[in-house]
Parts: sequence; structure tokens; C-alpha cells
Amino acid sequence: MKYIEPHAHMVSRTTDDYAAMALAGCEAVCEPAFWAGFDRSAVEGFRDYFSQLTEHEPKRAAKFGIKHFCWLCINSKEAEDVKLAEEVIALIPKFLDRPNVLGIGEIGLNKNSQNELRVLEMQVDLAAKYNQLILVHTPHLEDKLKGTRLILDVLKSDKRIQPERVIIDHVEEHTVEMVLDAGMWAGMTLYPETKCTSARAVDILETYGSERIWMNSACDWGVSDPLAVPKTALEMKKRGHLEAAIEKVIFLNPKNFLEQSPNFKTG
Amino acid sequence: MTKQQVLDLYFLDARHKLIELAAFLDRVERADGKDDFRLEAFRSALTKLDGKKMNKAKNVLLAFSDPTSKPIAKATVKGACGAFIK
Repeated sequence: MKYIEPHAHMVSRTTDDYAAMALAGCEAVCEPAFWAGFDRSAVEGFRDYFSQLTEHEPKRAAKFGIKHFCWLCINSKEAEDVKLAEEVIALIPKFLDRPNVLGIGEIGLNKNSQNELRVLEMQVDLAAKYNQLILVHTPHLEDKLKGTRLILDVLKSDKRIQPERVIIDHVEEHTVEMVLDAGMWAGMTLYPETKCTSARAVDILETYGSERIWMNSACDWGVSDPLAVPKTALEMKKRGHLEAAIEKVIFLNPKNFLEQSPNFKTG
Repeated sequence: MTKQQVLDLYFLDARHKLIELAAFLDRVERADGKDDFRLEAFRSALTKLDGKKMNKAKNVLLAFSDPTSKPIAKATVKGACGAFIK
């Protein structure tokens, strides 16, 4: 069954992963800008990274018949250095007219600090000024509940932001309801150890419905599975969900959200 | 799905995870040293599993969560450890 992988850090993955995803039915992959696993020392590191996301990675994906799109930002893990963040944010508009750019993301919070919040507000402002979609990372583990609340407060207080143009990612059972109630989209990340397992993701769908919600693998350089989305489709099938219901969650929902960007096109 | 179908599909997996959890608690009990905030949070989360009330997964997640609302002054680490230090 065809699907869209709406959140994957393919710069950290192998060509074998691209091949496996293509075989599993992946039509398009969307890559938010993220933390490299270490702090970059200067804005030029981000210029190179944004070039990689907008020039090199689409060519890698195309070799496997997969369309590649990306999101640009400075990740919250590097937001304590506000001066660096300001330099990176000033750089981003130079890349926004690249044909595979979908918006600003994954912005958000990590440890819920004052500087992270300030940089989040700056990037929400950037998205509003350039009329860009927004993809938000919510914090990990014990920090997720508080971080999700703080993020929603920032987004709701900026009247330029249209909730239906925002996806709040990495929701779990304790945060999904507040995101959907705010009129925004919710992303469930399928991880083997943290965030959602396939079974829990399907539980959330069965509890909260399948409107404004998608699933992603968020595969990167850590413990993660680039085939998590098709494996969760199989979980839905095992529980008796109909093919149309599965297609809605793994293909039509991400397509409908992402098509709000004129750059997003599938075959 | 019916209850029977859920049990057929998930019982053995859940049983396996419950025994792993019990073995973890045995392991930590027989180890030397003191408990810390993580074990305290873990024990608090375990109480959310009892009974027939709904939203057990949500309540377990809430038991591990930071309940405060103000941003912290500065992030001194990047990672999360899984439980809030009270």
C-alpha cells in the first residue's frame, strides 16, 4: 500500500533504508531540520545542512523513486545559544524558495527553557511573515506535557497562525487531546522504546479518531525504524481496520496537510 | 474488536511485558544502594494500572510528567531521563 513518510531524517539513514521504504510503498518522504547529535559551531554549518536538505538529499531519494521534501529551522536543542539562533533564522529565508521546502520545522521545545521559548517565538514569527506551514517537535518523556502546553500557548497567542496549518508532532496519550482541541494536526511518532509503539498508535486512532492525525517513523541516527509506518498499517489490518481507513491515515491525511504548501506534490 | 479478539491478539505480549516489569523490580530490589526519584515515580505509576478505570496509559504518562508550568531558566542538559525530579 502506498504511504507518505511525513517525518524522517534521511541524512542519517543508508541507501538500504531508501530501498526498503520504496519496496514498502513509500511515495514521498519529508525531512524536518534537526539536531545533528552535536552542536554546530557556526551558522555556516547550517548553510551546508540546508544545502544538503534542499539539493543533495532529493537526488538520493529520487534514485529510489521517492520524492523528497524538507522543513527548515534551528532545532530547540541548539536554542540556548540565542545569538547563533538569530543568525540561523536570518539565513533561512534564502532557502525558502527552494522547490522541496514545505515550511518551518521542526521547531519547538526540548527542556522547556526560557531561551528555547524565545527562539520558538522567533521561528513562529518567521513562519507567519513568510506564510509557511509549521511542524513542531514536542519534548521528550517527562518534559512533553509541560512543553506541549507551552508550545500551544505560543501558537494560540499569535493571531497570524492558522491552526490547520500547524502539525504538533510526537503526541502521546496525555497530549493528543489538547492538540486536536486546539484545531491543529497531531503527529504520532512510532519508536521502539520511547514515544508510541504501533499498538498504542492504533489505540489512539481508535480513541480519538483519524481526523487531523498522521503517523511517522522520525527515523534518525538513534534507535528508530524507517519502516514503522507500514508496520503500523499492518497492525491496523490485524485489528480489522478497512483498507480505506488505513489509506486515510498513512497517505491521504499527510497528503491533505502537506498540500497546503504549493511545493508538495505526489504522483 | 471484541474482548476475546483483543486477548487473542495481545495477551501473550502483555504477559511477557508484565513479567519483564516484575523482573526489573526484583533486580532493582536486590541491588545495593539507594532508590532515586525514578523508582519513586515508577512505583507511583504502577498504582495507575490497578482497577478497571480507563485511560491507564495516559495516567501512567502523567505520573512521570513535569507538572509545573513555567519555563526553566536555562537548559543545562539535552536529554530527558523519563521521570520528573520533584
